[in-house]
Amino acid sequence: MRAFSKLLDGLIYTRSRNGKLALIATYMREAPDPDRGWALAALTGNLDFKSVKASAIGEMIRARTDPVLFEMSRDYVGDLAETVALLWPKNEDQPAEVDDGSLSLSGIIDRLHGVSRAAAPDALAAMMDHLDASGRFALLKLATGGLRVGISARLAKTGFAQAFGLDVDDVEQVWHALSPPYTALFDWAEGRSGRPDPEGTPYFRPFMLAHPLEADSVDLTDYAAEWKWDGIRIQIVGTGSETRLYSRAGDDISGSFPEIAEAFTGHAVLDGELLVRGEVQGGEAASFNALQQRLGRKSVTAKMMSDFPAFVRLYDLLIEGDDDLRALPWSDRRSRLEAYMAQLPTNRFDLSALIEAADFEALADIRAGARDAAIEGVMLKRRDSPYVAGRKAALWYKWKRDPLTADCVMMYAQRGHGKRSSFYSDYTFGCWTEGGELLPVGKAYSGFTDEELKWLDRFVRQNTVNRFGPVREVEKTLVLEVAFDSIHDSKRHKSGLAMRFPRIARIRKDKPASEADTVAGLKRLVS
Amino acid sequence: MMTHLAEPRHPVPSSAHMAHWIEPHPNGIYVRPADAWIDPSLPQERALVTHGHADHARGGHGHVWATRETLAIMALRYGTASGTAVGYGEEIRMGGVTISYVPAGHVLGSAQILLEHAGERVVVTGDYKRRPDPTCLPFEPVPCDIFVTEATFGLPVFRHPDTGSEMDRLLGALQANPDRCVLVGAYALGKAQRVICELRARGHHEAIYIHGALERMCALYQEFGVDMGELRPATGVVAKEMCEHIVLSPPSALNDRWSRRLPDPITAMASGWMRVRQRARQKNVELPLVISDHADWDELTDTIREVAPTETWITHGCEEALLHWCMTHQIRARALAMAGREDEDEG
Repeated sequence: MRAFSKLLDGLIYTRSRNGKLALIATYMREAPDPDRGWALAALTGNLDFKSVKASAIGEMIRARTDPVLFEMSRDYVGDLAETVALLWPKNEDQPAEVDDGSLSLSGIIDRLHGVSRAAAPDALAAMMDHLDASGRFALLKLATGGLRVGISARLAKTGFAQAFGLDVDDVEQVWHALSPPYTALFDWAEGRSGRPDPEGTPYFRPFMLAHPLEADSVDLTDYAAEWKWDGIRIQIVGTGSETRLYSRAGDDISGSFPEIAEAFTGHAVLDGELLVRGEVQGGEAASFNALQQRLGRKSVTAKMMSDFPAFVRLYDLLIEGDDDLRALPWSDRRSRLEAYMAQLPTNRFDLSALIEAADFEALADIRAGARDAAIEGVMLKRRDSPYVAGRKAALWYKWKRDPLTADCVMMYAQRGHGKRSSFYSDYTFGCWTEGGELLPVGKAYSGFTDEELKWLDRFVRQNTVNRFGPVREVEKTLVLEVAFDSIHDSKRHKSGLAMRFPRIARIRKDKPASEADTVAGLKRLVS
Repeated sequence: MMTHLAEPRHPVPSSAHMAHWIEPHPNGIYVRPADAWIDPSLPQERALVTHGHADHARGGHGHVWATRETLAIMALRYGTASGTAVGYGEEIRMGGVTISYVPAGHVLGSAQILLEHAGERVVVTGDYKRRPDPTCLPFEPVPCDIFVTEATFGLPVFRHPDTGSEMDRLLGALQANPDRCVLVGAYALGKAQRVICELRARGHHEAIYIHGALERMCALYQEFGVDMGELRPATGVVAKEMCEHIVLSPPSALNDRWSRRLPDPITAMASGWMRVRQRARQKNVELPLVISDHADWDELTDTIREVAPTETWITHGCEEALLHWCMTHQIRARALAMAGREDEDEG
């Protein structure tokens, strides 16, 4: 257990992605079987102990400690598992704060799988006595599911792939054919057996991505144009008996959108944009803001599903039945997709329409006139392009809507993370109210060059008027030209506004703060 | 008389408090017959100071009684102050009160102050710990009627691990990253010197680089005979030279511009607060080292049991939880509302 609890601690404290990957890779190479397989299951969110609930932890700790001291501790620490791990009073005969090495990760997993609901508190307590604080924390996090150590399933798989020099997309392909503790996966990774056969399982295929359009124009006889929708890109993989939804990062998000997974019963792989319908839009696609209500949830309530009904706007058909269409030209896949639509329920699936334009100039006009909240820009796809993983030059382009901009005044600054931890690199900026007050309208931490960052950092340090913990309030003198893709109503912010993708476009040293934009002006840009 | 006594949650079994000649105030403890204050946070004519940390030792007093080491630390921080050095074990008389200083094991020169008057014995601990510290004398328990204790880590979640295991992690990180340095945030008085000595005791004899803010305090420790091996200023050095070395700075410099000069530092911090993950993450610490100069929960409760006073007064920290513990263990106790303690600069 010591190796696993050290891994968790490392993942909690390490900020950089590469650092986290290296930790996972080292563990996967060095830990014994089947411990490392169970660790991989835990890190990818594939462990669930039906009979161990958070209440078991409460019951266990109340039997061992003064409830008042426990509550005071919990108020201080916050997290239940961490509180219990830290204050756990061992039995007198157990070595204090030492992991005595008697418990292996797989031993713990077996125990948790086998335990009944009634016996869970005692079983946990017996194991707690053999561990140190890190081990106890790891045990409680394992037992109740959801490690929450700041890594995605995709990152864990990437770390695994890195450990054995594999391609993470190859790992993804075989993933759903396997189950914890992934013996066949490790056998393949270490060359003891062949690649596991993913046939018949709903596995993830890497997405095809687009480059930003930099050329002044393209020839529309070579390229087809369609809208780029502002939702989340998703892949629907159905085997006929099972359907899974994957995000662009390859994470399984079927649990967040069960109505989509249930509505798709076909045997195919499709690429599309997940959107929600908005009342304001007359049942059409709503802004990303609305979709955000549905993101990041492991499970979803009936109310969420009826308030923010989801649907998928389809872009591409990768595989139909046993036919892999990815090598075919886009135009052929598009015809297959249009034909395929007939078998899909229309409330959950529709087709991303092509934009008919006489030439590029006409397309530019159509793009400029687009005011739909859910449109992020235009996609240009070579009519003969195969569906290939990643970004391939000259095949697909994204031509985003020109960003909106506003002149805002810097109000607060905070330090960044990692390499930027010594720089004030996160800026909160505001616009003027009619009463002549500045109201925060957004926060940005990108868009500037390294040189500009140094300048901004110096500005913050030299113009600090107040400190609130890590936050510095600055003299309201600096105008920042902020670019953003769109702006929406928001109840979360005092100004009632929320920007999408705000970034610093320019530092307007030339402009007096009093000439910055107004909140009322920004409200007129709301889509 | 202004007595800011926090009412204990559970009433103390007896209404009469002992030692009426001692008055806890928000700004310090007043010893009436001696007309002197212990660790006053405002300038006073006569001050008895337990140790040199800023939340206990302030400048501007008329006359200070403290150990020789504490006086030297105060002189370094606040310039010359008129003071009388009191040796450990030495007895001084002040207005009918016999006063002596007993090692507290907290930092160099730290002392508990034992006051005897009218047949009653009162011990004011200042800050203390029970673990060995190569830079100062160990805490000595003194039987007394009233034990005035700190409670910085007065919650059962605070249980400091063995110092050795923390030092092993520090040295392990250093070894595993030959192209980086380990930057350890440590308080300028006490923690920094202790970490250096603990490293030396484990056979780490490489030069240790130190932030400018630590230089004078380290020099002072050396004057008092604490051997810290080779220390080099971290300023004016090429980054590459510091690879594979330990660099020490005050916690405030960890994420500040100063640290940009270092070769891809692994950020560590030596503090009892590092026990709680969220505290470490808030400070962007990658390598939290739970090394504290304060008593942890077990040390606090064990010490109260060992000293076995008639009454326990709790000065600062998480006094509520320790008060609760005393109540449930039939120990008469009360919490004093003390101002300005548990500064950021402690732990």
